[in-house]
Amino acid sequence: MLPLHRFSKRAFLLLKIKHRMRKIILSFLYIAVLTLTGFAQDGHDHSGHNHSGHDHGHQTQNTQDHSGHDHGAQGHGDHGNQHGPICGEAQDHEFDAGANAIHHIADANVYSIGPFMIPLPCILYSKEEGLKTFLSSKFHFAGYGHGDGHQAVDRYVLDGGTVRRITDPSFPKGNVPISGFIHKEINKQHTSYVCYNNKLYPTDAKSTADAGLFGGGITSFYDFSITKNVTSMMIVCSLLFFLFRSVAKAMERRVGMAPAGLQNFLEPFVTFIRDEVAIPFLGPKYEKYLPFLLCVFLFILGLNLFGQIPFFGGANVTGNLAVTAVLAIFAFLITNISGNADYWKHLFLAPGTPWFVKIILIPVELMGVLIKPLTLMLRLFANITAGHMVILIFVSFIFIFGKNGQSIPGAGLGAVGATLLTLFMMAIELIVAFVQAFVFTILTASYIGASTEEHHHAEAEH
Amino acid sequence: MGGSIVAIGMGLAVIGAGLGIGWIGAKAMESIARQPEAVGDIRANMILMAAFIEGAALIALILSFLVA
Repeated sequence: MLPLHRFSKRAFLLLKIKHRMRKIILSFLYIAVLTLTGFAQDGHDHSGHNHSGHDHGHQTQNTQDHSGHDHGAQGHGDHGNQHGPICGEAQDHEFDAGANAIHHIADANVYSIGPFMIPLPCILYSKEEGLKTFLSSKFHFAGYGHGDGHQAVDRYVLDGGTVRRITDPSFPKGNVPISGFIHKEINKQHTSYVCYNNKLYPTDAKSTADAGLFGGGITSFYDFSITKNVTSMMIVCSLLFFLFRSVAKAMERRVGMAPAGLQNFLEPFVTFIRDEVAIPFLGPKYEKYLPFLLCVFLFILGLNLFGQIPFFGGANVTGNLAVTAVLAIFAFLITNISGNADYWKHLFLAPGTPWFVKIILIPVELMGVLIKPLTLMLRLFANITAGHMVILIFVSFIFIFGKNGQSIPGAGLGAVGATLLTLFMMAIELIVAFVQAFVFTILTASYIGASTEEHHHAEAEH
Repeated sequence: MGGSIVAIGMGLAVIGAGLGIGWIGAKAMESIARQPEAVGDIRANMILMAAFIEGAALIALILSFLVA
């Protein structure tokens, strides 16, 4: 009976997929059109940037429209501030795929849908300035393009969608029009400079909790803003909340009846986590931990999938060390708080082993307590970040083969290759999104299960 | 120069993890072939073990990032 049932289910799914095929093709066409309009608008953006620079009237005749657009380009202005018109100096148009990828997976203070930029609230704190709250549209960035602000607000600037702070006290406070940004790499230290009145002012990135892996570290200001990642988290969490609320209501209403509509879609997730993760690892007391496991699974899965939607923010939330660290800390706390006497005895005493083994075993066990959540954190972070980066580097092929706009056939070839490779990679990333959510949940369940396990030899003594 | 040494380290870490995960996959396939009815349990444990090995490799990768 079972194989037959399975077969019919599969056949039904295939039929459904056939019906959906037309919709899928249509959505591909839609995405293609979006991409093309995106490129067209990118072209407009360059001219728009130039115009707005002139509107502010703070440009000198030396300033060229390139100054604001050299993401990742290694500037030639290594001579420092002494020379006169540095801001307008011609820069190398070398395309740096790695810097471009890191810029796109980083958090941002604007939300980008396709080529368009939506302002988000900024909540910034620094010792000198205190707490500042305003909308990031105050930076006067273009509605589409790179997200470079044309105005400094109380020494804060928007560089490529991210807030930075000018540390130089000689820079004027208040709303000041600026002419652009220059990025330089000196001694492997990537610094971005603001051009204002033909002088370069170095900027500080925000303080980050990722040990400075993606720039930053502990610097002169903290960013508590509702950033792109926070917005994505809010969207996904409210979506999950309303979906499950409606399903829960439907369940109450339809007691004893077959599940209908959304219920059919969401119930498999719940039963999957309950039957494949919670019951095998936690045994009879699984009900106590099932809500936490379900929350973690759906949160990670939802954000993994949300980050995969092209042109819709593409937020790398589960690929952010701070987010995965908080998830891992919760797993760590729940594991250790619910740990029973057996767990702690095994940790500190390692019963049943000779003393010379204990000397080695106890430190290893204690280290394991910390390494478990550490690997939980790093695994999710590295998998999702690597996926996003690979896709971005495939897209960069267009610019690498096209020599950044100089070779049109190269760009065409790159576009074809990049499209195929990106589609392939995104298919793999869909699997990774599910597998990583599952792995995080199953490992958390196994850690909790190990710390709450009743040992058989203990039972035999009673 | 530092960059290239880090690249070698990352490569070695990936070789180790690749061997480990490959071994797990091979053994899992073998056991599924022997006992097809246990495919669900084997698959879940395979993913779990692969995740453990991946964790070790990722620590190496992150450390080499930090050193670079």
